[in-house]
Amino acid sequence: MRVSIEVNGQTHEREVEPRVLLVDFLRNDLALTGTNVGCDTSQCGACTVHIDGLAVKSCTVLAVQADGSNVTTIEGLASDGQLHPMQQSFWDMHGLQCGFCTPGMIMASVKLAESNPGLSDSEVRHGLEGNFCRCTGYQNIVKAVQAGAAAMGGRS
Amino acid sequence: MTKYMGTAVRRVEDPRFLQGRGKYVANLSLPGMVHVAVKRSPLAHARIKSIDTSQAEALDGVIAVFTGEDFMEGGCGTLPCGFTPPDIDLPLHHPVAIDKVRHVGDEVAVVVAETPYIAEDALDLIDVDYDPLPAVVDTRQAGGEWPVVHDGMDSNVSFHWPLGDEEATNQALADSDRVIELEVINQRLIPNAIEPRACVAQWDRFDETMTVWTTSQNPHTIRLLLGAFTLGIPEHKLRVVSPDVGGGFGSKIFHYPEEVIVPWVAREVDRPAKWVSSRSEAYVTDRHGRDHVTKAKLGVSDDGTITALHVTTWANMGAYLSTFAPLIPTALYVTLLSGLYKIPTIFGEAYGAITNTVPVDAYRGAGRPEASYLLETIIDVAARELEMDPVELRRKNLIQPDEFPYQTPVALEYDSGDYPRLFDKIDELSGYESLREEQEKARAEGRLVGVGFASCIEASGPAPSAAAVGLGAAIGLFESGSIRVHPTGKISAFTGSHAHGQGHETTFAQIVADQFGVPMEDVEIIHGDTDRIQYGVGTYGSRSAAIGGSALVRSAEKIRTKLKELAAHLLEASVDDMVYDQDEGAVYVTGSPDSKKTFAELAFAVTTADKMPEGMEPGLEETTFYDPANFTFPYSAHVAQVEIDRDTGEVEVQKYFAVDDVGNVINPMIVEGQIIGGIAQGVGQALWEHGIYDEEGQLLSGSMLSYAMPRADGFPSIAVDRVETPSPHNPLGVKGAGEMGTIAATVTISNAVLDALAPLGIRHLNMPLTAEKISNAMAAANGGGE
Repeated sequence: MRVSIEVNGQTHEREVEPRVLLVDFLRNDLALTGTNVGCDTSQCGACTVHIDGLAVKSCTVLAVQADGSNVTTIEGLASDGQLHPMQQSFWDMHGLQCGFCTPGMIMASVKLAESNPGLSDSEVRHGLEGNFCRCTGYQNIVKAVQAGAAAMGGRS
Repeated sequence: MTKYMGTAVRRVEDPRFLQGRGKYVANLSLPGMVHVAVKRSPLAHARIKSIDTSQAEALDGVIAVFTGEDFMEGGCGTLPCGFTPPDIDLPLHHPVAIDKVRHVGDEVAVVVAETPYIAEDALDLIDVDYDPLPAVVDTRQAGGEWPVVHDGMDSNVSFHWPLGDEEATNQALADSDRVIELEVINQRLIPNAIEPRACVAQWDRFDETMTVWTTSQNPHTIRLLLGAFTLGIPEHKLRVVSPDVGGGFGSKIFHYPEEVIVPWVAREVDRPAKWVSSRSEAYVTDRHGRDHVTKAKLGVSDDGTITALHVTTWANMGAYLSTFAPLIPTALYVTLLSGLYKIPTIFGEAYGAITNTVPVDAYRGAGRPEASYLLETIIDVAARELEMDPVELRRKNLIQPDEFPYQTPVALEYDSGDYPRLFDKIDELSGYESLREEQEKARAEGRLVGVGFASCIEASGPAPSAAAVGLGAAIGLFESGSIRVHPTGKISAFTGSHAHGQGHETTFAQIVADQFGVPMEDVEIIHGDTDRIQYGVGTYGSRSAAIGGSALVRSAEKIRTKLKELAAHLLEASVDDMVYDQDEGAVYVTGSPDSKKTFAELAFAVTTADKMPEGMEPGLEETTFYDPANFTFPYSAHVAQVEIDRDTGEVEVQKYFAVDDVGNVINPMIVEGQIIGGIAQGVGQALWEHGIYDEEGQLLSGSMLSYAMPRADGFPSIAVDRVETPSPHNPLGVKGAGEMGTIAATVTISNAVLDALAPLGIRHLNMPLTAEKISNAMAAANGGGE
């Protein structure tokens, strides 16, 4: 099937098999390998991207379902060579170790923080239930998301 | 010039991870690449009667299908075991099964196709006819007849490893006021590094060279095993690269069948080949951890003095002996049974049992968490029976600061420590007394609040090579570090350690920059590529800073010595009068810093090489193979407060405090991250995680749906602090930091839960301490049964 998907501001038209997952389309067809795959049951959240303004696990979406959508991946978050405030705060707060969950964690966190600059510890922890990290014990991720949310000031 | 040691420098590797540019193996794509998928056994134990691959081969886009016979006839050897204690009975492990399958997930056939989707489709078209056999799942295999898993073995017991004086221990137990007996299970865990394993291989048929990219913690070891045992391509024709690796926790140390399959396929079809594990595959192939059944007896006097310890452990090794598997329940477990305490006599023994389950090998802590769990659990039982405070009982038995080096009855000689100070510090950080007061009040209100305490030791930084090989290791466990100073004074430092989350690109650059007094930005750390790094043993057992870091320090010292000789020559002074000022990054005559030669000037001087002292070679590069004198012995005391919901049995971790001594600290931010991350894994084992097999050998917790991974909302904010006693054994004074959190947290949480349940008369529960298990135990304690 033919799909047209805008990814990080650029429109891509491609022929895809109906069964191809959006995450495979991003990684294999568009070579956007920043979106990682950590499981096959939609638990880990490593593949989280933004679709039309929502944080979505891209392993749960078929590429054909994203036809006509606007997708942002981790590669599209920084602009003009400047890290997004959430990327910056993950760096500042040591919110990552191996880095594999990080793209999904940051994409989920941006959406969590967008409407709430004053996220509490508990709000962050519950908001990130669907994103697994095996390295950090989450503590610095929580700090990073709170700091990132404050820096975003309720904007995207 | 900034001194970097001890500074919380932000990580230099982070910008690529933050922007989705991590160089993970699964991101690699090579022109003409084929995709490999593995057909796996759905049965735990069965003879393979026949395999029909014809339908799979006929599928459009399938290039080839191979079975075990193809790999054997094609020159693949069996996967070796790298630690073989005396009298071990070694099972054979073919990369793809030949005659029998021995665990769910065992490799049966291999599909090579144009796309990963087609390869998956073809797996369903392979028809395997099995003759099922009874599965061996129980670790102790007690009662009744059990089939032998490997035809070549006499029984399923692969090895027995005793240590210590059993007669003296039994006598001391007989003479003790009390003997505390306890049987515990340290449950099976599944590592779950968030990056699934992956392998890519490229064969060059003209040079006859093979490049293998693999998610490994130790690429040189993989190259050695591929070259000498499994693939049969000579080591100098093999390049193994482990670029960014998304977490390991032990599970990426080992030589896996797919690391043989993928390069073999690449050569066979003469195209680059790629395999990426799915999470489902990871559950049934990544080597699992722990899985011990233990019977222990602790002798104590009525005043709380520990007199003796006797431990018998059955360790479930799974279907094959993985690369380091027999090491874990032996030399990394029995030797740690003395903990922080003066125990006059200890006897410990481990049996290694082969079963029809996924092989078990090192998982974060590897043997040491099992030892701490046992010792710290039985000490708590003793404290309850003696009606003593558990901290007071421990304090009474601590090794004192003036007793180092301390020789334990189980082989190890502890290097340094101040255990009473550790106890003072955790007291202060946690407010232990007030936690107990709060608990009293809570109990009076009928609430189930528990306070858990554990004090643990780790032998980190394996290991002096002579000791390691003497115990059964196949290779020495030293590490290499090479420093190349470029003509402009910029530095490339090559380490055999491998970072997969630990931040070596930052911490090792801190070490090297300080050695010369240059900015960190002038130092690049290179790791993970056998073509670039001279040799490497790799990263596990909390060994990188102590051994890999020390190798770099020694190389830097050699370079500084050369630069002092060169500067003496250029300044027409005696070398004995020269000082290398590591703050300034310059060499001068002692007391005359104004006429100095800077590091950059000297680096260029060895490049022009026109004014060299007689006999000195141009160039500036040194390599060290650093063999440690001993393990290092980090230790810790942790305190947790939990509350159990009386209705549901659910545990809430309310407070957590940790004090660790990891020696000198290179980067406190990174060390704290390692400790807290380790604690999370310990809490995971204590409360949630469990690799469960049914009687038929089916893994019931075989996905992230059924295996309870720790989530962000499972933890309180954790408070950490340190005591620092430098290790006397290495030039950095560092001890391992990677595993201490896990070692201590597992039993701290378990002790807290059991402390909460003690008023109900519940003596012991095995982990994981799930709501279901606790609520059943509470019901039983109330006389209601389940």
